[in-house]
Amino acid sequence: MSSDTVASALPKTRIPSNAEVLRTQRRERISLALRYLILGSVGLLMLYPLFWLLGASFKSNQEIFTTIWFLPKDLTQLLDFSAYYNGWMTRTEFTFATYFLNSFLIVVPRVIVTLISCTLVAYSFARFEYPGRKFLFSIMIGTMLLPPIVLRVPQYLMFKELGMIDTYWPLILPSAFAVDTFFTFLVVQFLRGTPRDMEEAAIIDGCNALQLLWHIVVPLLKPALISVALFQFIWTMNDFIGPLIYISTVEKYPVSLALKMSMDVTGEVAWANIIAISIVALLPSLTVFFLAQRYFIEGATSSGIKG
Amino acid sequence: MASVNLEKIVKTYPNGFEAVHGVDLEVRDGEFMVFVGPSGCSKSTILRMIAGLESISGGELKIGNTIVNNLRAKERGIAMVFQNYALYPHMKVYDNMAFGLKLAGLPKNEIHERVTQAAKMLEMEHLLDRLPRQLSGGQAQRVAVGRCIVKRPEVFLFDEPLSNLDAKLRASMRVRLTELHRELRERGQPSTAIYVTHDQVEAMTMGERICVLKDGTIQQVDTPTTLYDRPVNAFVAGFIGSPEMNIRPATVVARDGGLGVEIGDTMLPLPTAFAEILRNRIGDKVQFGIRPEHIGTPRSIVAAGSQERAAVANCAFRLREHMGNEVYTYFELGGHDFAARIPTDFAGEIDAAERGQTIQLGFVMDKAHIFDTDTGLNLTLGALS
Ligand SMILES: Nc1ncnc2c1ncn2[C@@H]1O[C@H](COP(=O)(O)OP(=O)(O)O)[C@@H](O)[C@H]1O
Ligand SMILES: [Mg+2]
Repeated sequence: MSSDTVASALPKTRIPSNAEVLRTQRRERISLALRYLILGSVGLLMLYPLFWLLGASFKSNQEIFTTIWFLPKDLTQLLDFSAYYNGWMTRTEFTFATYFLNSFLIVVPRVIVTLISCTLVAYSFARFEYPGRKFLFSIMIGTMLLPPIVLRVPQYLMFKELGMIDTYWPLILPSAFAVDTFFTFLVVQFLRGTPRDMEEAAIIDGCNALQLLWHIVVPLLKPALISVALFQFIWTMNDFIGPLIYISTVEKYPVSLALKMSMDVTGEVAWANIIAISIVALLPSLTVFFLAQRYFIEGATSSGIKG
Repeated sequence: MASVNLEKIVKTYPNGFEAVHGVDLEVRDGEFMVFVGPSGCSKSTILRMIAGLESISGGELKIGNTIVNNLRAKERGIAMVFQNYALYPHMKVYDNMAFGLKLAGLPKNEIHERVTQAAKMLEMEHLLDRLPRQLSGGQAQRVAVGRCIVKRPEVFLFDEPLSNLDAKLRASMRVRLTELHRELRERGQPSTAIYVTHDQVEAMTMGERICVLKDGTIQQVDTPTTLYDRPVNAFVAGFIGSPEMNIRPATVVARDGGLGVEIGDTMLPLPTAFAEILRNRIGDKVQFGIRPEHIGTPRSIVAAGSQERAAVANCAFRLREHMGNEVYTYFELGGHDFAARIPTDFAGEIDAAERGQTIQLGFVMDKAHIFDTDTGLNLTLGALS
C-alpha cells in the first residue's frame, strides 16, 4: 500500500488548536512543579535531623541545646574541625582508629560467613528434595518470629561454657550457621523465583551439585546476595546490644560501644566531639550503601530473563 | 552414532501422578524424531527422562547399546535445547558455548576451534562476545543450539525450542534446524535428534518420523505422510492437519448395492472397499472423518479427477475465508458443521453464496475414514489405498 492511500484511509482526527496545546503544556508543568515541591519538602523534613547533626558538630554545648536551626550562629565556626580531632582521639588511651578496626574485625568476617551459610542453606531448601525439608523450613520461619532477646541468656551461657566471652566469636559464629533467618528466607524466595532451566542446562553440561552452586547459582543470586551483604554490614556496624553483652575490654570495643562510652565519662561532656564522631561512624555504612546501590539497580533490571 | 531405545518406560512423579504409561519406542541412529501432542501429554517428561533430568520409574532406556537408566546426564552423550534458551546470563556467548567443554577438561585450543566452527555454521561469529541479555530471541535460540553442537553429542534433544519466537522467525528457524541436521548427518557426525513440540505444523515439516502422544501413551509412530493419510485413530486424525479433519457422528446404513453413512438426514455412499469391512456394522453409530481438502465444488472435484469417487450432497453454506490460493468454506451437513478447502480458481459458486443458501459440494469418499465411536480406532485403515 502506498503512503497516500494509508493517509486517506485514516479516519479524520480533530487537530487540536495551538492554544489548547499550550494550555495542556502549562497544566503539566504546574503539576510537575507541585509534585517536586511536596516531595522536596517532605524529604527535607526527614533529613533535617541529619543536617542538624552535621551543624551541631561545629557548635558549643550551650548552642547545641538552645538552637533548633542547624547552622551555627557564627558561620566561621564551620572552619573549626577541632571537634572531629578531639572526638577521634577520645579521652581513653585508644583512638577511634582502634575502634573502627575492631568494628571491621567483627563486620567483615560476619558478612562473609553470612553469605556462605545463607547461600548453602537456601540452595538446599529451594532446590533439593529430602525428607523433612518442609518441616525444617517451617522451623526456620518459626525462629523468625522469636524475639531475639529470648535467646540472649542461653546463648550467653553457651558461649561462656565455650570460653568465648570477651572475644568476637559470639558475634560472628552464629551467622556461620545461617541463624540470620531473614536473610536465608530472602535468598530462598529469590531462588524459588528463578527458573531452573539454567541449572538443568548446566547439569547436562556436566556440573555436579557444588559446581552448579558456584558457576550458576551464585551468579544468579548476585542481586540477592548484595542485599544480604549490605544489610548485614549496616546492622552489624550499628549493633550495640551484642558487643555490650560479650565485649568487656575497652581495647576490643567496636565503634558503637566506644561512642556510648564517650558519653559515659564523668564531668562535662563535649557534645560536639561525640556528634562529630557519630557522623564519622555513619560513613562506612553510607559508603557501602552507595557502592551497592548501583548493583541494586542493575539487579532489578537485568535479572528478568527474556521470554 | 547412537539410536535411542525406550522399553516400557514409566514415569510416576513423587506426588503419585503417573505421567508416562509404558512407552515403547525406537529412535534410529541419525533420525530426526518429533514428539508431538497437546500440552500436558508428557512429551517433556519423556524427553527429560532421556536427558537424565528426571528419574525413570520403570522400564529400560538405552542410548546406543548402553542402558543409561542410572547414568548421570553428562555421561549419556546428550545435549539439550530448552524452550527458554536457558543461557547462562552472566557468561558471554563464547563462554556459554565453551562451558561444557571446559568442565569436560578439553584443551583450550580444541575448545576454541569447536566454538568458532559452530559459530560459523550458525552464522553467529559476531555475537560471540555479547551477553545473553544483548541478544534477540532468535539469536539466543541460535546460541542455545550452538551450545549443543560444540559438545558433539550422540543425541540432540529439543524441548519446544521455537515456541517463544514469532511466527516468521519460527518458520525460518524450522528450515535452518532441519538443514543443520542434514548437514551434520552428511558429514557423518552423530545427529540423532528428538524434537518435542505441540505444533503439528512443526512436527509435519521437520520430523522424519513423528511420534504422536496423548496422556502419556503413544498413539502412532510414522512418517509425516503416513500419519496424515493413514491415521490409526480419531485422535491422530484430528490432531494432524490444519484445518483439522472433519470428524462427525454418523450411522452406517445399507443402500442398494452397498453401504453408506447417514449424517443427519443426508446419506453419503461408501466405496466398495469400505463396504466389506463395515458389513456387520450396519446400524452402528460411528465417527465419519474427511479432510477439508477432500471436499470440493463439483468443478474442483472434476479438476482433481476425482469425480468417479465423489459423492455430491446438498449443504447449507455458512462462511468463507479467503486464504489466497484457497477458500476455506464452512458449511452444515445433516446438522453438523464441516470445513472444506477449495482452490480459489474453482470457488466461483462459493463466492456468490449467501449465508444459509444451499450449495452442492462433492465428498471424495475413498479418502474418508470411519472411526469406532468408543475406541476411536480407524476401522477403514485396511481399505485405504
Ligand atoms: N514435577 C511434577 N510433579 C507432578 N506432576 C508433574 C510434574 N511435572 C509434570 N507433571 C505432570 O505431568 C504431565 C506431563 O507434563 P509435561 O511432560 O510437562 O507435558 P508436556 O511437555 O507434554 O506439555 C502433566 O499433566 C503435568 O501436570
Ligand atoms: Mg513441555
